[in-house]
Amino acid sequence: MSSRDVFELVGVSAGPSAAPILRDLDLDIPANGVTVLAGPSGSGKSTLLRLLNRLDDPVSGEVRWRGRPLTEWDPTELRRCVAMVFQRAPLFPGTVLENLRVALPEVDRERAVHVLEHVGLSGELLGHDADTLSGGEAQRMCVARALLTEPAVLLADEPTAALDRSSRETVEDLGRQLADSGVAVVWVSHDTDQLRRLADHVIVLTDGSVRAVGHLDDLDASDDPVVRRSVGSPS
Amino acid sequence: MTARSAMLAAAVEQGDIGNIGLAASGILVAVAVAVSMWRRLGLERDLLWAAVRALVQLLIVGWALQLVVDPDDPLIFAVLWIVVMVSFASWTTQRRASEVPKVLPLSLLSFSASAVVVLGVLFGFGIYELEGRTLVPLAGMVVGNSLSATVLVSRQLITASSEQRGVIEGRLALGLTSTAAFRPHLREALRTALVPQIESTKAVGIVALPGAMVGLILAGVDPADAVKVQVSVMYLVLGSVATTTAVMSLGISRELFTPAQQLKRRPGPPPD
Repeated sequence: MSSRDVFELVGVSAGPSAAPILRDLDLDIPANGVTVLAGPSGSGKSTLLRLLNRLDDPVSGEVRWRGRPLTEWDPTELRRCVAMVFQRAPLFPGTVLENLRVALPEVDRERAVHVLEHVGLSGELLGHDADTLSGGEAQRMCVARALLTEPAVLLADEPTAALDRSSRETVEDLGRQLADSGVAVVWVSHDTDQLRRLADHVIVLTDGSVRAVGHLDDLDASDDPVVRRSVGSPS
Repeated sequence: MTARSAMLAAAVEQGDIGNIGLAASGILVAVAVAVSMWRRLGLERDLLWAAVRALVQLLIVGWALQLVVDPDDPLIFAVLWIVVMVSFASWTTQRRASEVPKVLPLSLLSFSASAVVVLGVLFGFGIYELEGRTLVPLAGMVVGNSLSATVLVSRQLITASSEQRGVIEGRLALGLTSTAAFRPHLREALRTALVPQIESTKAVGIVALPGAMVGLILAGVDPADAVKVQVSVMYLVLGSVATTTAVMSLGISRELFTPAQQLKRRPGPPPD
């Protein structure tokens, strides 16, 4: 993965134009390994994530990926390259197979089984109604669905926030496994334990601004107590 | 006098209940008022007001219709009447579905498109003679029957765009276009608007005799002829509801998304 895969934010403000949540942000987000966006509620983590696949646009400034402004990308093409999973897994009506076919209409059963097994689900679930999946299964199915578009980046907006502990660990493992296989992961998390298990890079946001960027070891050594608290540094 | 005009004259004579007949039918309003008083429903004033208001409104409409239904009147009066009806229906839609973006121009477009399509078929194929006497009532049926369905479909689409935001954005995030991402919700809203019309079309004649047919029979028209008119009116209603709601829903769908295939944000809390 080249350095041009990085997301570059230049002078970005985003959120309601009357009261932007992100304010004049200059930031490079590494598009390799797992990058965790951390910070307190309302700091702009989800707002930032939604800019990266153009579910929202900034009110000012520019976001670039692979050196091109996102506004120059066809949004549908961009979203197939920069996939996203949400805190609440959006399930579409129908079976698991029908859900997978929303992402890739021509997917056959063999490939569908393969992608389910890739995220740790049994191929037998293909014919099950998606509504009957547990929270953890639903989230993994959503990851499988997103993977069918063969993305280079996976954006994950607190994907484990609504899950129990064992499902949370399974989804975390999946995130790590994807990053190791070359799919860059940008992961929003409130959970400092999770951050410490997952993060290759950390970006700490507070009040819509970047507070710190770096590897966990660097941030643990920070003098800023807010940064240390945000990444759960040992006291 | 031709056989047709003799039949019409006879029909008019049979259908004319006269002022005394009209006043006598008011007894039935008194019955409703009596029921309200007896069961202490407190609806007496509403009943009387509704009855008087309907009488006055229809008298005014009847008087105004006389200006456009005479074969000697220029057709432009009838067309102007339709413009007023379409405008009033659009204004009503705006009032009842004010949360819909660009609701007034979209309603004007939808009702106009429906009027053009339906009246185009009815007059283009010579089903009815093109004159004020036919143009105004048929256009009234188009607009009147489409109004509720148009409001219903508009409100349902807005509700879906808000309550199903996560699912819609889930589809967008998979690289679907906004049209494809919203299609299931559009389909559901259109089904909701059309199914009642289909059901009432299926039940017609079994559960209830439709108004147009009853009116014609009371006016002395042969029931077989009345049935033919009624059937064409039912088809008109189906066609007009389908056309109006389809145009309206497609217009609303376009307004809900940006050119960058983003679901526009309506007032509410932003994401974290």
